[in-house]
Amino acid sequence: MADDERQEWERRRRMRSIAIALALAALVVVFYVATLVRLGGNVLNRPL
Amino acid sequence: MGNMAEIGISDSRIHSAQAVGGSIGDFVALMKPRVMSLVVFTALVGIMLAPEPPHPALAVIALLCIAVGAGASGALNMVRCRHRCVHAAHREPAHSPGFVTPEEALTFGTVLAIGSVATLALIVNWVAGALLALTIAFYILVYTMWLKRRTPQNIVIGGAAGAFPPMIGWAVSTGSIGTESIMLFLIIFMWTPPHFWALALYRMRDYERAGVPMLPVVAGTDETRKQIVIYSALLVPLGLWPAFMGLAGGLYAVVSIVLGAVFLAFALAVYHHREGRQADYAARRLFAFSIFYLFGLFAMLLLERGIDRLVD
Repeated sequence: MADDERQEWERRRRMRSIAIALALAALVVVFYVATLVRLGGNVLNRPL
Repeated sequence: MGNMAEIGISDSRIHSAQAVGGSIGDFVALMKPRVMSLVVFTALVGIMLAPEPPHPALAVIALLCIAVGAGASGALNMVRCRHRCVHAAHREPAHSPGFVTPEEALTFGTVLAIGSVATLALIVNWVAGALLALTIAFYILVYTMWLKRRTPQNIVIGGAAGAFPPMIGWAVSTGSIGTESIMLFLIIFMWTPPHFWALALYRMRDYERAGVPMLPVVAGTDETRKQIVIYSALLVPLGLWPAFMGLAGGLYAVVSIVLGAVFLAFALAVYHHREGRQADYAARRLFAFSIFYLFGLFAMLLLERGIDRLVD
């Protein structure tokens, strides 16, 4: 692999990694929001 | 699922050579964003038509899952197609010259499919999740792997995959499959054959080259024109059905009659003009109008429901 090809390969790999990280972060937000909507005020209702 | 828009020819984004790897744009393009937009729209109509739509945040999450599921179907279909498929009408705009290997596309599609189904099932309900799983499985196993290259009935039966989204939407809201959602399913199901056969008439050579046994390639253009008229004649009354079932009102009925009459007229023009530029024009016009027709019907359903809610 030539130098410029390697650089491009690394750049694309970095971009893919960032995209995966963003997708995972979005998934966290989705589950967080869904929990709030589903449970509402009951989120804090945890009898010991 | 992507059936509404797939069928296109070779995809440069999937390549056996490793090259420099796929860019983000390549992966996004694999998901066929234009197909996703139609899927999301019909699913939204399914969600909103239900008597009690879910919390807006849950509706957005459900639509996201359905969109990602549709994208997964598109990516997995491309793994199967590689260089042999046809990019016909819904060709996505050219992006970058990067390559996605078949293995990458397979992994990408599988992760998205499992992720979208699991998220929809866990957050919204199991019926919606199961329907999304069925849609993806139907599209990949029944349409892409089984029917597409074996029978001219490929898009008739495979069309079911593209007809499921409003049903999933309805299940998102109700947790069940009602007659109303079956009605929406049937409209898209009956719409698919004339839509794709109109396209196949003017892209016949492409399908022939790609080895896809579309109806004009196998049974000839005369038979295809006849079938287009038959399916169009069945579609138009189906398009009116929601008004009789109480799912839509007078405004929808009027729009459905007008659009249906134009659809039939264009289908008859395809039947009558069999040669030369006029034939080509008639097929292209029917194809373009068929998209407008489906969009128009579903937009009216959405609009009427919105007006009803405002008045209430």
